[in-house]
Amino acid sequence: MEDRPFNDTSYERFLNEKKIMGSKCNHCGALSLPPRPICISCLGREMNWVQFKGNGKLIAFTSIAVAPPCMMKEGFNRENPYVVGVVELDEGVKAVARIVGMDAKRPDQIKVGTPLKAEFLEKMEGSQIKTSLAFKGPF
Amino acid sequence: MSKRGRLARGVAVVGGGLTKLGLFKDRNCKDFFAEAFIEMVDSVDKGFDPKELDAIYIGNYSNDFFVNQAHWGPIIADLLGHVPKPVTRTEAACASSALAFREGVLAIASGLYDIVLVGGFEQMSKRTTEEVAEGLAMAASPYEVAAGFTFPGVFATMATAYFSRYGVDREILFNVTIKSHNNAPFNPKAQFPMTILDFMNARIERCRKKGEPVPEWKDEKDFLRDPIPNPPVAWPMHLFDCCPISDGAACLLLVAEEIAKRFTDDPIYLAGMGQGSSYSFHAKKDLTSYEATRYAAKEAYEMSGLTPKDIQFSEVHDCFSIAEIVHIEDLGFFKPGEGWKGVAEGLTKLDGPIPINTSGGLKTKGHPVGATGVAQLYEVWVQLRNKAGKRQVPKQNLRIGAAHNFGGTGGTCTFTILERR
Repeated sequence: MEDRPFNDTSYERFLNEKKIMGSKCNHCGALSLPPRPICISCLGREMNWVQFKGNGKLIAFTSIAVAPPCMMKEGFNRENPYVVGVVELDEGVKAVARIVGMDAKRPDQIKVGTPLKAEFLEKMEGSQIKTSLAFKGPF
Repeated sequence: MSKRGRLARGVAVVGGGLTKLGLFKDRNCKDFFAEAFIEMVDSVDKGFDPKELDAIYIGNYSNDFFVNQAHWGPIIADLLGHVPKPVTRTEAACASSALAFREGVLAIASGLYDIVLVGGFEQMSKRTTEEVAEGLAMAASPYEVAAGFTFPGVFATMATAYFSRYGVDREILFNVTIKSHNNAPFNPKAQFPMTILDFMNARIERCRKKGEPVPEWKDEKDFLRDPIPNPPVAWPMHLFDCCPISDGAACLLLVAEEIAKRFTDDPIYLAGMGQGSSYSFHAKKDLTSYEATRYAAKEAYEMSGLTPKDIQFSEVHDCFSIAEIVHIEDLGFFKPGEGWKGVAEGLTKLDGPIPINTSGGLKTKGHPVGATGVAQLYEVWVQLRNKAGKRQVPKQNLRIGAAHNFGGTGGTCTFTILERR
């Protein structure tokens, strides 16, 4: 694990292993998700891996009715919208992700502050399974 | 030597051109740019010989994707007979041509050139709406795209953060849409030169003609609440919260300050300009503000020695209704959390103390993304020369106007202040 570079590719590989892995700056302790090779707080370049628990809360969201082609392929459209949002994890970092378990047709009922837990969504990309990070709530 | 934060010499705008914006499938970007260029040449009060142009800077976001043609610089040089002199294309999503303006200014300020054409263009009508949405999403952050965000979705997400932080709801957005559409009929270049009342009446008329039940709305807000004419795109962004897909081009003629009077007795001078960058959601500290806008504004205010109170009117990048509210706070016209009140109280109307988007904004004027930055500055130039007709800002001694251009989901922003002396 320690040999992997602190970048998006490693982040995605860890997701495939059902782990939410980010970086922690050796110098100032700032956390980053996805991991970064350069700390944006102190510009330090020595990083350690850190695993996030996947608990957090919803801080902003939308229910998308006009879907991009990749989501239309999954069956989403004006009649079947889906929710995406920004989640603040307990450790303090933010993640942008699909939000599942909430009624996308009643977005006015979805509350900012709702507690969420990480879910790993799997889909086929060609012959490979690709895992993406999602969050489910309320918990 | 320490950083000066100032230009080595002054720059003036002495001519401008803007096409009618809309969807023009049977024309292309050369047609649009030629139209804007000819209007610009004819607008120079004392005349201008295009042979004098030292260089051209043009902004274009993604004709590469929209019309499968890249490398637009030499196409424009060819069009204008500018060969073999230099032409440079700039790209920063919806802020592409604001960067062309900036490069033109820097080239003159450095002493390299005296006379520069800056402009921008985009053709979006040759693709389907879904394809355009996909093309625009290329300018969002890769993490947002991977999670399934669309452009309207990113702004919708910001809107929910704003609502929750300040205890407001979707109703505050209606005031932005109604205000912008009230300016639109006075802009002959606008894609939708209609008020919201005009849209309501057109819909009623259509129902009457078809023999369908005629809808009844109490007022404009009642119409905007109705999901039939105003369906959700990415809640809480509905159709009337979103700018349209557009074609068009714009250009301005920039010259060194010391030769400006050769072209006109009424040059409009650059007072200050700034540019900044932002993180997207995954690393953003404040979801209801853009550090790019704040940084660009700080640079422009410092360069000009002006403050937000000195700005008499401004174009701001209202790609979505919520964006206008956030920008007028980031630019310092209103305190954080108070932009929506300013709009609700009518302070940003054409006859208000700080008119915002006198052109009708991107929402009504149209948003050919690569043309927008210069099209906004064209509006400021027209207003400062008192040539805006019925949408002229009704202020005595109109002297200082500004334009805020915003690329992608906020990754690049510029703020430019022009002044009449």
